[in-house]
Amino acid sequence: MFRDFYNTLKEFVRTFGAFQLFFLRLLQHSPSIFVKRFRLVVKQVYNAGALSLVIIMVCGFFIGGVLGLQGYSNLARFNAEDSVGAFAALALVKELGPVITALLFAGRAGTALASEIGLMKATDQLSAMEMMAVNPIRRVLVPRFLGGVISMPLLAAVFSTIGLLGAHVVSVNLLGVDAGAFWIQMQQSLDISDINEGIIKSVVFGIVASLLAVWEGYNAVPTAEGVGRATTRTVVNTAIAVLIFDFMITAFML
Amino acid sequence: MQQTRSVEISTGLFVLFGMGALFFLTMQTTGGDNFSAADTYEVEARFTNVGSLRSRAPVSMAGVTIGRVTNVVFDPIALEAVVTFDIDSRYDQIPDDSDASILTSGLLGSQYIGLQAGGSDIYLEDGSEVLFTQSAIILENLIGKFLVNRDSGDADD
Repeated sequence: MFRDFYNTLKEFVRTFGAFQLFFLRLLQHSPSIFVKRFRLVVKQVYNAGALSLVIIMVCGFFIGGVLGLQGYSNLARFNAEDSVGAFAALALVKELGPVITALLFAGRAGTALASEIGLMKATDQLSAMEMMAVNPIRRVLVPRFLGGVISMPLLAAVFSTIGLLGAHVVSVNLLGVDAGAFWIQMQQSLDISDINEGIIKSVVFGIVASLLAVWEGYNAVPTAEGVGRATTRTVVNTAIAVLIFDFMITAFML
Repeated sequence: MQQTRSVEISTGLFVLFGMGALFFLTMQTTGGDNFSAADTYEVEARFTNVGSLRSRAPVSMAGVTIGRVTNVVFDPIALEAVVTFDIDSRYDQIPDDSDASILTSGLLGSQYIGLQAGGSDIYLEDGSEVLFTQSAIILENLIGKFLVNRDSGDADD
């Protein structure tokens, strides 16, 4: 029993260490790939970012709309329905924008990355690259990682902006809050530091989500089942990691 | 080749769109009274109580923001709060006997410094001090006074 526990613990620490080394290796290759093979990165920004744009915009609009509805009906109890702009903007920029974007990103782009890399491994494409003296981490993983890291903050910004549009449509156009009050309350209560908090969060979440996706794909068991499992683990692990990081960053920034 | 081009175009559009969103967030949603001036001069004022005034709070005159609080510290010898604030150099003709009071925007809004013009011919300049100050009105004290006055008023009847 004790033996089992010891082995599990050792395995956990080993995986954790391997993960750190993997991250460092990605970082080590990142600058040169970014400069010399920028086209590869652009392709991945397209895959991770441009293709996720529609789902991000639709979800953002409805999240913003729901904030407008909830904010209006609950703030109306205190006769403060004019503050719905401030409420929606603070919620979107500081919390919901980065977090929900990261979760959607994991579902839309993270799974695609993990299964693509896992399948490359299962069909021995990665080994073939190594045979040709091409480093697969450098050629395959780093551009995908960078693409995700670049896309996430942009997607989160789009999400927040479209969310504000949704909140505006619901509260001003449908529920009749004054448009001037909506924007002025928002502008008075939001500070540049709130925006910075959102940007810092989305950058961290971008690193976490892309890193976990390429890691799971690269370490997938090279079978059909293994690739499927890696895809599932990507989403689950990203969700957990993003929410834990969200808590820590918020506690740190307050 | 055609396909690569369309990928690149849509990537470019995506990045521009994201940048635009970021720009919109930083420019449009923050700071109703964005005060930024290249040239400022620093003025000091002492208050017995600053309430919840913090640095970056606006300094306004006649309702227009003309400066920003840069520092609020406690003077351990005079037992007062010393507030330092920057004023835009364009407004260099503020009489030195103007008085500064700590006001609240709205009933429960944030606090700011309001300057009321005096009549002196000497103007505030870098490093000068506003001598006439009025502390923040603390709502609890006000209610306390009101209750005491009301009770004593009853006693008179």
